[in-house]
Amino acid sequence: MSASQQTAHPAALLDARGLRAYYGDAPALHGVDLRIEVGGKVALLGANGAGKTTMLRAICGLIRTQGEIAFAGQEIRGFATEDIVRLGIAHVPEGRGTFAELTVEENLRLGGIIHSDKARTRQDIDRFLRYFPRLKERIRQQAGTLSGGEQQMLAISRALMLRPRLMLLDEPSFGLAPLMVLEIFQILKRINEEERVSLLIVEQNARLALELADHGYLLETGRIVLHGSSAELKANEEVQRAYLGYSGSKARRPESTPG
Amino acid sequence: MDQLLHQVVNGLATGAIYAVIALALVMNFNSTGHINFAQGEMAMFSTYVAWTLIAMGMPYGVAFLVTVAISFVGGMLLERFVLHRFRNAPLLSVVVVFIALFLGFNAVAGWIWGPVLKDFPSPVSSYKTGTSLVGAHELFVGAVAGAMLLLLYGFFRFTTLGLKMRAVACNPTSSRLVGIRVSWTLALGWGLAASIGAVAGMLIAPLTFLDPHMMTGILLYAFAAALLGGVDSPPGAVIGGLVVGVAENLLGAYVVGAELKMSVALVIVVLVLVYRPQGILGRVTVRRV
Ligand SMILES: Nc1ncnc2c1ncn2[C@@H]1O[C@H](COP(=O)(O)OP(=O)(O)O)[C@@H](O)[C@H]1O
Ligand SMILES: [Mg+2]
Repeated sequence: MSASQQTAHPAALLDARGLRAYYGDAPALHGVDLRIEVGGKVALLGANGAGKTTMLRAICGLIRTQGEIAFAGQEIRGFATEDIVRLGIAHVPEGRGTFAELTVEENLRLGGIIHSDKARTRQDIDRFLRYFPRLKERIRQQAGTLSGGEQQMLAISRALMLRPRLMLLDEPSFGLAPLMVLEIFQILKRINEEERVSLLIVEQNARLALELADHGYLLETGRIVLHGSSAELKANEEVQRAYLGYSGSKARRPESTPG
Repeated sequence: MDQLLHQVVNGLATGAIYAVIALALVMNFNSTGHINFAQGEMAMFSTYVAWTLIAMGMPYGVAFLVTVAISFVGGMLLERFVLHRFRNAPLLSVVVVFIALFLGFNAVAGWIWGPVLKDFPSPVSSYKTGTSLVGAHELFVGAVAGAMLLLLYGFFRFTTLGLKMRAVACNPTSSRLVGIRVSWTLALGWGLAASIGAVAGMLIAPLTFLDPHMMTGILLYAFAAALLGGVDSPPGAVIGGLVVGVAENLLGAYVVGAELKMSVALVIVVLVLVYRPQGILGRVTVRRV
Protein backbone atom coordinates (compact mmCIF):
# COMPACT_ATOMS: atom_id res chain seq x y z
CA MET A 1 0.00 0.00 0.00
CA SER A 2 2.82 2.38 0.79
CA ALA A 3 4.45 3.80 -2.28
CA SER A 4 7.83 3.86 -0.58
CA GLN A 5 9.53 1.86 2.11
CA GLN A 6 10.61 4.07 4.97
CA THR A 7 14.02 2.49 5.15
CA ALA A 8 16.28 5.32 6.15
CA HIS A 9 15.09 6.85 9.45
CA PRO A 10 16.36 10.36 9.94
CA ALA A 11 15.19 11.96 13.17
CA ALA A 12 11.42 12.39 13.17
CA LEU A 13 10.17 15.79 14.31
CA LEU A 14 6.59 14.61 14.39
CA ASP A 15 5.57 10.98 14.54
CA ALA A 16 1.88 10.14 14.79
CA ARG A 17 0.91 6.49 15.15
CA GLY A 18 -2.55 5.00 15.15
CA LEU A 19 -4.09 8.43 15.56
CA ARG A 20 -7.86 8.51 15.98
CA ALA A 21 -9.95 11.64 16.37
CA TYR A 22 -13.56 12.16 17.32
CA TYR A 23 -16.26 14.79 16.96
CA GLY A 24 -18.42 13.84 19.90
CA ASP A 25 -18.65 10.08 19.51
CA ALA A 26 -18.28 10.09 15.74
CA PRO A 27 -14.77 9.12 14.62
CA ALA A 28 -13.20 11.27 11.89
CA LEU A 29 -9.72 9.69 11.81
CA HIS A 30 -9.37 5.92 12.00
CA GLY A 31 -5.78 5.24 13.00
CA VAL A 32 -3.52 7.52 10.98
CA ASP A 33 0.27 7.14 10.80
CA LEU A 34 2.16 10.25 9.70
CA ARG A 35 5.79 11.26 10.00
CA ILE A 36 7.58 14.55 9.44
CA GLU A 37 11.35 14.66 9.45
CA VAL A 38 13.31 17.53 10.91
CA GLY A 39 13.30 20.22 8.25
CA GLY A 40 10.82 18.24 6.15
CA LYS A 41 8.01 19.51 3.98
CA VAL A 42 5.01 17.21 3.95
CA ALA A 43 1.82 17.60 1.94
CA LEU A 44 -1.42 16.16 3.27
CA LEU A 45 -3.79 15.67 0.37
CA GLY A 46 -7.35 14.52 0.08
CA ALA A 47 -10.81 15.43 -1.11
CA ASN A 48 -13.20 17.64 0.78
CA GLY A 49 -14.25 15.97 4.03
CA ALA A 50 -11.38 13.46 4.02
CA GLY A 51 -10.19 14.59 7.45
CA LYS A 52 -7.27 16.89 6.63
CA THR A 53 -8.38 19.73 8.90
CA THR A 54 -9.20 17.17 11.56
CA MET A 55 -5.65 15.82 11.35
CA LEU A 56 -4.16 19.27 12.04
CA ARG A 57 -6.64 19.86 14.87
CA ALA A 58 -5.73 16.49 16.34
CA ILE A 59 -2.02 17.32 16.36
CA CYS A 60 -2.77 20.62 18.16
CA GLY A 61 -5.03 19.02 20.73
CA LEU A 62 -8.10 20.95 19.59
CA ILE A 63 -10.23 17.79 19.50
CA ARG A 64 -10.46 14.50 21.36
CA THR A 65 -7.94 11.91 20.14
CA GLN A 66 -6.54 8.46 20.79
CA GLY A 67 -3.22 6.99 19.71
CA GLU A 68 0.27 8.43 19.90
CA ILE A 69 1.82 11.70 18.77
CA ALA A 70 5.51 12.19 19.45
CA PHE A 71 6.95 15.66 18.85
CA ALA A 72 10.75 15.90 18.98
CA GLY A 73 10.70 12.61 20.87
CA GLN A 74 8.17 13.76 23.46
CA GLU A 75 4.69 12.30 23.69
CA ILE A 76 2.24 15.21 23.33
CA ARG A 77 -1.11 13.55 22.73
CA GLY A 78 -3.57 14.65 25.36
CA PHE A 79 -1.68 17.88 26.12
CA ALA A 80 -3.64 21.14 26.20
CA THR A 81 -3.40 23.14 22.97
CA GLU A 82 -1.66 25.98 24.80
CA ASP A 83 1.10 23.62 25.92
CA ILE A 84 1.52 21.97 22.51
CA VAL A 85 1.88 25.40 20.94
CA ARG A 86 4.52 26.35 23.47
CA LEU A 87 6.62 23.36 22.40
CA GLY A 88 6.94 24.93 18.95
CA ILE A 89 4.00 23.87 16.80
CA ALA A 90 2.36 26.78 14.98
CA HIS A 91 -0.99 26.25 13.33
CA VAL A 92 -2.24 28.45 10.49
CA PRO A 93 -5.87 27.40 10.67
CA GLU A 94 -8.55 27.00 8.07
CA GLY A 95 -9.98 30.46 7.42
CA ARG A 96 -6.70 32.04 8.67
CA GLY A 97 -7.86 32.73 12.23
CA THR A 98 -7.23 36.46 12.00
CA PHE A 99 -7.89 38.62 15.06
CA ALA A 100 -10.06 40.77 12.83
CA GLU A 101 -10.70 43.69 15.18
CA LEU A 102 -7.05 44.06 16.17
CA THR A 103 -4.33 45.74 14.15
CA VAL A 104 -1.78 43.89 12.03
CA GLU A 105 0.88 44.75 14.58
CA GLU A 106 -1.23 43.47 17.48
CA ASN A 107 -1.85 40.24 15.57
CA LEU A 108 1.90 39.80 15.19
CA ARG A 109 2.60 40.62 18.83
CA LEU A 110 0.05 37.98 19.79
CA GLY A 111 1.87 35.46 17.62
CA GLY A 112 4.92 35.91 19.84
CA ILE A 113 3.03 36.34 23.09
CA ILE A 114 4.55 33.24 24.69
CA HIS A 115 7.98 34.89 24.52
CA SER A 116 8.34 37.42 27.27
CA ASP A 117 11.29 39.28 25.69
CA LYS A 118 9.58 42.33 24.20
CA ALA A 119 12.66 43.69 22.46
CA ARG A 120 13.08 40.43 20.64
CA THR A 121 9.40 40.42 19.68
CA ARG A 122 9.90 43.79 18.03
CA GLN A 123 12.96 42.50 16.17
CA ASP A 124 11.03 39.42 15.10
CA ILE A 125 8.24 41.55 13.66
CA ASP A 126 10.76 43.40 11.49
CA ARG A 127 12.54 40.21 10.57
CA PHE A 128 9.47 38.24 9.50
CA LEU A 129 7.84 41.16 7.73
CA ARG A 130 10.77 41.09 5.33
CA TYR A 131 9.02 38.12 3.76
CA PHE A 132 5.84 40.16 3.44
CA PRO A 133 6.72 43.78 2.60
CA ARG A 134 3.14 44.68 1.79
CA LEU A 135 2.07 43.84 5.34
CA LYS A 136 4.64 46.27 6.64
CA GLU A 137 2.80 49.13 4.95
CA ARG A 138 -0.41 48.05 6.67
CA ILE A 139 1.02 47.50 10.14
CA ARG A 140 -1.43 49.87 11.87
CA GLN A 141 -4.44 48.75 9.88
CA GLN A 142 -7.26 46.69 11.37
CA ALA A 143 -6.54 43.11 10.30
CA GLY A 144 -10.13 42.44 9.25
CA THR A 145 -9.82 45.05 6.52
CA LEU A 146 -6.93 43.28 4.75
CA SER A 147 -7.50 41.40 1.51
CA GLY A 148 -7.68 37.60 1.65
CA GLY A 149 -4.10 37.20 0.45
CA GLU A 150 -2.82 39.73 2.96
CA GLN A 151 -4.69 37.95 5.74
CA GLN A 152 -3.03 34.68 4.72
CA MET A 153 0.35 36.43 4.83
CA LEU A 154 -0.53 37.80 8.24
CA ALA A 155 -1.52 34.33 9.44
CA ILE A 156 1.83 32.90 8.29
CA SER A 157 3.89 35.69 9.81
CA ARG A 158 1.92 35.43 13.03
CA ALA A 159 2.76 31.73 13.10
CA LEU A 160 6.44 32.57 12.53
CA MET A 161 6.37 34.88 15.55
CA LEU A 162 6.04 31.77 17.70
CA ARG A 163 9.49 30.75 16.36
CA PRO A 164 8.09 27.29 15.70
CA ARG A 165 9.88 24.12 14.71
CA LEU A 166 6.83 22.90 12.86
CA MET A 167 4.20 24.88 11.00
CA LEU A 168 0.82 23.36 10.15
CA LEU A 169 -0.93 25.10 7.26
CA ASP A 170 -4.58 24.44 6.42
CA GLU A 171 -5.27 25.21 2.76
CA PRO A 172 -3.17 28.37 2.50
CA SER A 173 -4.25 28.74 -1.14
CA PHE A 174 -7.96 28.76 -0.36
CA GLY A 175 -9.85 31.56 -2.06
CA LEU A 176 -6.74 33.35 -3.33
CA ALA A 177 -5.88 34.53 -6.83
CA PRO A 178 -3.38 32.24 -8.64
CA LEU A 179 -0.55 34.78 -8.57
CA MET A 180 -1.00 35.32 -4.86
CA VAL A 181 -0.95 31.56 -4.33
CA LEU A 182 2.35 31.24 -6.19
CA GLU A 183 3.87 34.06 -4.16
CA ILE A 184 2.80 32.48 -0.89
CA PHE A 185 4.16 29.05 -1.82
CA GLN A 186 7.50 30.58 -2.82
CA ILE A 187 7.67 32.29 0.55
CA LEU A 188 6.83 29.04 2.33
CA LYS A 189 9.76 27.39 0.55
CA ARG A 190 12.07 30.18 1.72
CA ILE A 191 10.72 29.97 5.26
CA ASN A 192 11.46 26.25 5.32
CA GLU A 193 15.03 26.85 4.19
CA GLU A 194 15.92 30.10 5.94
CA GLU A 195 14.05 29.70 9.22
CA ARG A 196 14.45 25.91 9.35
CA VAL A 197 10.77 25.42 10.01
CA SER A 198 9.31 22.05 9.03
CA LEU A 199 6.02 22.24 7.19
CA LEU A 200 2.85 20.17 7.10
CA ILE A 201 0.64 21.58 4.38
CA VAL A 202 -2.96 20.59 3.83
CA GLU A 203 -4.05 21.27 0.27
CA GLN A 204 -6.75 20.42 -2.21
CA ASN A 205 -4.47 21.75 -4.90
CA ALA A 206 -2.28 18.62 -5.06
CA ARG A 207 -0.08 19.80 -7.91
CA LEU A 208 0.96 22.90 -6.04
CA ALA A 209 1.51 21.07 -2.76
CA LEU A 210 3.60 18.27 -4.29
CA GLU A 211 5.73 20.86 -6.06
CA LEU A 212 6.70 22.32 -2.66
CA ALA A 213 6.71 19.21 -0.49
CA ASP A 214 9.25 16.42 -0.37
CA HIS A 215 6.74 13.89 0.94
CA GLY A 216 3.02 13.47 0.60
CA TYR A 217 0.22 11.59 2.30
CA LEU A 218 -3.16 10.88 0.77
CA LEU A 219 -6.09 10.86 3.15
CA GLU A 220 -9.46 9.31 2.33
CA THR A 221 -12.38 9.25 4.75
CA GLY A 222 -10.11 9.37 7.76
CA ARG A 223 -7.50 6.85 6.57
CA ILE A 224 -4.12 7.23 4.90
CA VAL A 225 -4.43 5.32 1.64
CA LEU A 226 -1.10 6.24 0.10
CA HIS A 227 2.14 7.92 1.06
CA GLY A 228 5.57 8.42 -0.38
CA SER A 229 7.95 10.95 -1.82
CA SER A 230 6.47 13.73 -3.89
CA ALA A 231 8.00 12.27 -7.04
CA GLU A 232 6.42 8.90 -6.34
CA LEU A 233 3.03 10.42 -5.69
CA LYS A 234 3.19 12.55 -8.80
CA ALA A 235 3.93 9.43 -10.80
CA ASN A 236 1.17 7.44 -9.17
CA GLU A 237 -1.75 6.79 -11.51
CA GLU A 238 -4.45 7.06 -8.89
CA VAL A 239 -3.11 10.40 -7.72
CA GLN A 240 -2.83 11.62 -11.29
CA ARG A 241 -6.37 10.60 -12.10
CA ALA A 242 -8.04 11.91 -8.96
CA TYR A 243 -5.91 14.83 -7.82
CA LEU A 244 -3.74 16.06 -10.63
CA GLY A 245 -6.53 16.12 -13.19
CA TYR A 246 -4.76 14.16 -15.96
CA SER A 247 -8.02 12.46 -16.83
CA GLY A 248 -11.53 12.94 -15.58
CA SER A 249 -12.58 15.86 -13.47
CA LYS A 250 -10.34 17.27 -10.76
CA ALA A 251 -13.15 17.29 -8.26
CA ARG A 252 -13.89 13.59 -8.65
CA ARG A 253 -13.08 11.51 -5.64
CA PRO A 254 -11.05 8.33 -6.11
CA GLU A 255 -12.61 4.94 -5.37
CA SER A 256 -12.09 4.19 -1.77
CA THR A 257 -9.44 1.59 -1.10
CA PRO A 258 -9.80 -0.27 2.16
CA GLY A 259 -7.27 0.92 4.71
CA MET B 1 -31.44 77.67 34.12
CA ASP B 2 -29.43 76.80 37.20
CA GLN B 3 -31.97 74.11 37.92
CA LEU B 4 -31.52 72.64 34.44
CA LEU B 5 -27.73 72.71 34.74
CA HIS B 6 -28.01 71.07 38.12
CA GLN B 7 -30.04 68.22 36.60
CA VAL B 8 -27.50 67.78 33.82
CA VAL B 9 -24.57 67.63 36.25
CA ASN B 10 -26.39 65.17 38.47
CA GLY B 11 -27.20 63.15 35.39
CA LEU B 12 -23.55 63.06 34.40
CA ALA B 13 -22.60 61.81 37.86
CA THR B 14 -25.10 58.95 37.90
CA GLY B 15 -24.37 58.43 34.22
CA ALA B 16 -20.71 57.86 35.07
CA ILE B 17 -21.81 55.02 37.36
CA TYR B 18 -24.02 53.53 34.65
CA ALA B 19 -21.05 53.83 32.33
CA VAL B 20 -18.87 51.88 34.74
CA ILE B 21 -21.38 49.04 35.10
CA ALA B 22 -22.15 49.10 31.39
CA LEU B 23 -18.42 48.68 30.83
CA ALA B 24 -18.40 45.59 33.03
CA LEU B 25 -21.33 44.21 31.03
CA VAL B 26 -19.60 44.95 27.72
CA MET B 27 -16.33 43.35 28.84
CA ASN B 28 -18.16 40.25 29.86
CA PHE B 29 -20.17 40.21 26.67
CA ASN B 30 -17.04 40.54 24.57
CA SER B 31 -15.27 37.62 26.17
CA THR B 32 -18.21 35.25 26.62
CA GLY B 33 -21.01 36.46 24.36
CA HIS B 34 -23.39 36.79 27.29
CA ILE B 35 -24.86 39.67 29.27
CA ASN B 36 -24.30 38.90 32.94
CA PHE B 37 -27.62 39.87 34.49
CA ALA B 38 -26.19 39.12 37.93
CA GLN B 39 -23.52 41.84 37.54
CA GLY B 40 -25.58 44.33 39.56
CA GLU B 41 -26.28 41.88 42.37
CA MET B 42 -22.59 41.01 42.53
CA ALA B 43 -21.87 44.73 42.87
CA MET B 44 -24.49 45.03 45.61
CA PHE B 45 -22.88 42.13 47.47
CA SER B 46 -19.44 43.73 47.16
CA THR B 47 -20.85 46.97 48.54
CA TYR B 48 -22.16 45.11 51.59
CA VAL B 49 -18.69 43.67 52.08
CA ALA B 50 -17.29 47.21 52.01
CA TRP B 51 -19.97 48.36 54.48
CA THR B 52 -19.03 45.53 56.85
CA LEU B 53 -15.33 46.37 56.63
CA ILE B 54 -16.06 50.04 57.36
CA ALA B 55 -18.39 49.08 60.23
CA MET B 56 -15.52 47.03 61.66
CA GLY B 57 -13.51 50.25 61.81
CA MET B 58 -11.46 50.05 58.63
CA PRO B 59 -10.74 53.47 57.04
CA TYR B 60 -12.77 54.15 53.89
CA GLY B 61 -9.82 54.08 51.49
CA VAL B 62 -8.51 50.76 52.79
CA ALA B 63 -11.98 49.21 52.80
CA PHE B 64 -12.45 50.42 49.22
CA LEU B 65 -9.26 48.72 48.01
CA VAL B 66 -9.81 45.54 50.01
CA THR B 67 -13.34 45.28 48.59
CA VAL B 68 -12.03 45.68 45.04
CA ALA B 69 -9.51 42.91 45.70
CA ILE B 70 -12.05 40.57 47.31
CA SER B 71 -14.46 41.15 44.42
CA PHE B 72 -11.71 40.37 41.93
CA VAL B 73 -10.96 37.03 43.56
CA GLY B 74 -14.66 36.30 44.03
CA GLY B 75 -15.40 37.00 40.36
CA MET B 76 -12.56 34.72 39.30
CA LEU B 77 -13.69 31.90 41.57
CA LEU B 78 -17.25 32.26 40.29
CA GLU B 79 -16.00 31.82 36.74
CA ARG B 80 -13.69 28.92 37.55
CA PHE B 81 -16.16 26.93 39.62
CA VAL B 82 -19.55 27.84 38.15
CA LEU B 83 -19.57 29.51 34.75
CA HIS B 84 -16.63 27.51 33.45
CA ARG B 85 -18.87 24.43 33.49
CA PHE B 86 -21.38 26.14 31.22
CA ARG B 87 -18.86 27.37 28.66
CA ASN B 88 -20.39 25.33 25.85
CA ALA B 89 -23.87 25.01 27.29
CA PRO B 90 -26.94 26.15 25.36
CA LEU B 91 -28.02 29.76 25.82
CA LEU B 92 -30.98 28.86 27.98
CA SER B 93 -28.82 27.05 30.55
CA VAL B 94 -26.54 30.06 30.75
CA VAL B 95 -29.50 32.37 31.30
CA VAL B 96 -30.74 30.07 34.04
CA VAL B 97 -27.31 30.22 35.69
CA PHE B 98 -27.38 34.02 35.61
CA ILE B 99 -30.88 34.09 37.11
CA ALA B 100 -29.75 31.67 39.81
CA LEU B 101 -26.77 33.90 40.59
CA PHE B 102 -29.03 36.96 40.64
CA LEU B 103 -31.47 35.39 43.09
CA GLY B 104 -28.68 33.74 45.06
CA PHE B 105 -26.73 36.94 45.73
CA ASN B 106 -29.93 38.76 46.56
CA ALA B 107 -31.11 36.10 49.01
CA VAL B 108 -27.73 35.63 50.69
CA ALA B 109 -27.31 39.40 51.14
CA GLY B 110 -30.79 39.64 52.69
CA TRP B 111 -29.99 36.70 54.94
CA ILE B 112 -26.64 38.04 56.16
CA TRP B 113 -27.36 41.74 56.42
CA GLY B 114 -31.16 41.87 56.79
CA PRO B 115 -33.68 43.87 54.81
CA VAL B 116 -33.18 47.17 56.67
CA LEU B 117 -31.72 50.04 54.62
CA LYS B 118 -28.20 50.96 55.66
CA ASP B 119 -26.37 54.24 55.31
CA PHE B 120 -23.25 53.92 53.20
CA PRO B 121 -20.68 56.63 53.87
CA SER B 122 -19.17 58.94 51.30
CA PRO B 123 -15.54 59.87 52.00
CA VAL B 124 -16.29 63.43 50.96
CA SER B 125 -19.58 63.99 52.79
CA SER B 126 -18.06 66.59 55.11
CA TYR B 127 -16.81 68.75 52.24
CA LYS B 128 -18.75 71.57 50.63
CA THR B 129 -18.20 72.50 47.00
CA GLY B 130 -19.25 76.12 47.56
CA THR B 131 -21.89 75.92 44.83
CA SER B 132 -25.37 74.50 44.74
CA LEU B 133 -24.69 73.25 41.25
CA VAL B 134 -22.88 70.10 42.23
CA GLY B 135 -22.46 68.23 45.49
CA ALA B 136 -19.14 66.92 46.82
CA HIS B 137 -20.13 63.30 46.35
CA GLU B 138 -21.19 63.87 42.74
CA LEU B 139 -17.75 65.34 42.05
CA PHE B 140 -16.15 62.37 43.79
CA VAL B 141 -18.22 59.97 41.68
CA GLY B 142 -17.23 61.74 38.48
CA ALA B 143 -13.55 61.75 39.43
CA VAL B 144 -13.38 58.09 40.47
CA ALA B 145 -15.43 56.84 37.53
CA GLY B 146 -13.37 58.96 35.12
CA ALA B 147 -10.09 57.75 36.60
CA MET B 148 -11.26 54.17 36.37
CA LEU B 149 -12.31 54.46 32.76
CA LEU B 150 -8.89 55.93 31.89
CA LEU B 151 -7.15 53.17 33.81
CA LEU B 152 -9.11 50.50 31.99
CA TYR B 153 -8.42 52.15 28.66
CA GLY B 154 -4.71 52.12 29.43
CA PHE B 155 -4.88 48.53 30.60
CA PHE B 156 -6.52 47.23 27.43
CA ARG B 157 -4.56 49.43 25.10
CA PHE B 158 -1.04 49.21 26.50
CA THR B 159 -0.53 46.07 28.59
CA THR B 160 0.19 42.52 27.44
CA LEU B 161 -2.59 41.12 29.60
CA GLY B 162 -5.00 43.65 28.12
CA LEU B 163 -3.97 42.56 24.63
CA LYS B 164 -4.53 38.91 25.57
CA MET B 165 -8.00 39.71 26.86
CA ARG B 166 -8.90 41.53 23.67
CA ALA B 167 -7.55 38.61 21.65
CA VAL B 168 -9.68 36.12 23.57
CA ALA B 169 -12.76 38.30 23.07
CA CYS B 170 -11.98 38.48 19.37
CA ASN B 171 -11.12 34.84 18.58
CA PRO B 172 -10.82 32.22 21.34
CA THR B 173 -9.49 29.42 19.11
CA SER B 174 -6.77 31.56 17.57
CA SER B 175 -5.91 32.73 21.06
CA ARG B 176 -5.25 29.15 22.13
CA LEU B 177 -3.20 28.63 18.98
CA VAL B 178 -0.83 31.44 19.96
CA GLY B 179 -0.48 29.87 23.41
CA ILE B 180 -2.79 32.09 25.48
CA ARG B 181 -4.35 30.24 28.42
CA VAL B 182 -7.88 31.16 27.44
CA SER B 183 -9.76 29.79 30.42
CA TRP B 184 -7.54 31.72 32.84
CA THR B 185 -7.97 34.85 30.78
CA LEU B 186 -11.74 34.50 30.95
CA ALA B 187 -11.55 34.04 34.71
CA LEU B 188 -9.42 37.20 34.97
CA GLY B 189 -12.03 39.00 32.89
CA TRP B 190 -14.72 37.98 35.37
CA GLY B 191 -12.55 39.15 38.23
CA LEU B 192 -12.01 42.49 36.54
CA ALA B 193 -15.73 42.91 35.83
CA ALA B 194 -16.56 42.10 39.45
CA SER B 195 -14.04 44.71 40.66
CA ILE B 196 -15.48 47.31 38.34
CA GLY B 197 -18.95 46.51 39.62
CA ALA B 198 -17.75 46.83 43.21
CA VAL B 199 -16.45 50.34 42.55
CA ALA B 200 -19.76 51.32 40.96
CA GLY B 201 -21.68 49.90 43.93
CA MET B 202 -19.58 51.83 46.45
CA LEU B 203 -20.04 55.02 44.44
CA ILE B 204 -23.78 54.73 44.16
CA ALA B 205 -24.61 53.45 47.65
CA PRO B 206 -24.28 56.89 49.36
CA LEU B 207 -26.91 58.19 46.92
CA THR B 208 -29.41 55.34 47.23
CA PHE B 209 -28.84 53.73 50.65
CA LEU B 210 -27.63 50.17 50.85
CA ASP B 211 -30.19 47.40 50.49
CA PRO B 212 -30.35 44.09 48.64
CA HIS B 213 -32.36 45.62 45.80
CA MET B 214 -30.28 48.74 45.31
CA MET B 215 -28.73 47.60 42.02
CA THR B 216 -31.76 46.16 40.27
CA GLY B 217 -32.82 49.43 38.71
CA ILE B 218 -29.26 50.54 38.13
CA LEU B 219 -28.48 47.39 36.20
CA LEU B 220 -31.42 48.18 33.96
CA TYR B 221 -30.01 51.65 33.24
CA ALA B 222 -26.56 50.21 32.68
CA PHE B 223 -28.00 47.63 30.31
CA ALA B 224 -29.78 50.42 28.42
CA ALA B 225 -26.48 52.32 28.33
CA ALA B 226 -24.57 49.31 27.01
CA LEU B 227 -27.17 48.68 24.33
CA LEU B 228 -27.31 52.33 23.37
CA GLY B 229 -23.54 52.58 23.02
CA GLY B 230 -23.24 49.26 21.20
CA VAL B 231 -23.12 46.14 23.32
CA ASP B 232 -19.60 45.24 22.17
CA SER B 233 -18.07 48.71 22.36
CA PRO B 234 -16.28 49.92 25.53
CA PRO B 235 -16.23 53.60 24.47
CA GLY B 236 -19.89 53.16 23.49
CA ALA B 237 -20.67 51.99 27.03
CA VAL B 238 -19.20 55.21 28.43
CA ILE B 239 -21.09 57.46 26.04
CA GLY B 240 -24.27 55.42 26.52
CA GLY B 241 -23.94 55.67 30.30
CA LEU B 242 -23.62 59.44 30.27
CA VAL B 243 -26.49 59.87 27.81
CA VAL B 244 -28.77 57.59 29.81
CA GLY B 245 -27.83 59.34 33.07
CA VAL B 246 -28.63 62.79 31.74
CA ALA B 247 -31.78 61.64 29.93
CA GLU B 248 -33.03 59.92 33.06
CA ASN B 249 -32.52 63.04 35.17
CA LEU B 250 -33.99 65.52 32.71
CA LEU B 251 -36.99 63.39 31.80
CA GLY B 252 -37.51 62.55 35.46
CA ALA B 253 -37.43 66.22 36.47
CA TYR B 254 -39.39 67.80 33.61
CA VAL B 255 -41.37 65.20 31.71
CA VAL B 256 -42.37 61.91 33.25
CA GLY B 257 -41.74 62.60 36.95
CA ALA B 258 -39.68 60.64 39.43
CA GLU B 259 -42.09 57.71 39.64
CA LEU B 260 -41.83 56.85 35.98
CA LYS B 261 -38.07 57.40 35.66
CA MET B 262 -37.41 53.68 35.48
CA SER B 263 -39.49 53.37 32.33
CA VAL B 264 -37.01 55.69 30.59
CA ALA B 265 -34.50 52.84 30.61
CA LEU B 266 -37.03 50.39 29.20
CA VAL B 267 -38.04 52.80 26.47
CA ILE B 268 -34.39 53.25 25.51
CA VAL B 269 -33.86 49.49 25.43
CA VAL B 270 -36.84 48.93 23.17
CA LEU B 271 -36.02 51.85 20.86
CA VAL B 272 -32.41 50.71 20.41
CA LEU B 273 -33.39 47.11 19.78
CA VAL B 274 -35.93 48.12 17.18
CA TYR B 275 -34.15 50.94 15.37
CA ARG B 276 -30.42 50.45 15.85
CA PRO B 277 -29.49 47.05 17.30
CA GLN B 278 -25.78 47.73 16.90
CA GLY B 279 -26.02 50.87 19.06
CA ILE B 280 -24.09 54.10 18.50
CA LEU B 281 -20.60 52.66 18.25
CA GLY B 282 -21.36 48.96 17.92
CA ARG B 283 -19.43 47.08 15.32
CA VAL B 284 -20.50 46.64 11.79
CA THR B 285 -17.14 45.11 11.03
CA VAL B 286 -15.64 45.73 7.66
CA ARG B 287 -14.45 42.29 6.70
CA ARG B 288 -13.25 41.26 3.29
CA VAL B 289 -12.62 37.66 2.40
N1 LIG C 1 -17.08 20.33 13.96
C1 LIG C 1 -17.41 19.13 13.42
N2 LIG C 1 -18.37 18.38 13.98
C2 LIG C 1 -18.72 17.19 13.47
N3 LIG C 1 -18.15 16.64 12.39
C3 LIG C 1 -17.17 17.34 11.78
C4 LIG C 1 -16.74 18.63 12.28
N4 LIG C 1 -15.77 19.08 11.48
C5 LIG C 1 -15.58 18.13 10.54
N5 LIG C 1 -16.41 17.08 10.73
C6 LIG C 1 -16.48 15.86 9.90
O1 LIG C 1 -15.21 15.24 9.91
C7 LIG C 1 -14.87 14.79 8.61
C8 LIG C 1 -13.55 15.38 8.19
O2 LIG C 1 -13.70 16.79 8.07
P1 LIG C 1 -12.46 17.76 7.81
O3 LIG C 1 -11.32 17.32 8.63
O4 LIG C 1 -12.93 19.14 7.96
O5 LIG C 1 -12.18 17.47 6.27
P2 LIG C 1 -11.22 18.23 5.26
O6 LIG C 1 -10.46 19.26 5.99
O7 LIG C 1 -10.35 17.14 4.69
O8 LIG C 1 -12.11 18.80 4.20
C9 LIG C 1 -16.02 15.18 7.70
O9 LIG C 1 -16.84 14.05 7.52
C10 LIG C 1 -16.74 16.24 8.47
O10 LIG C 1 -18.12 16.19 8.18
MG1 LIG D 1 -10.49 21.32 5.72
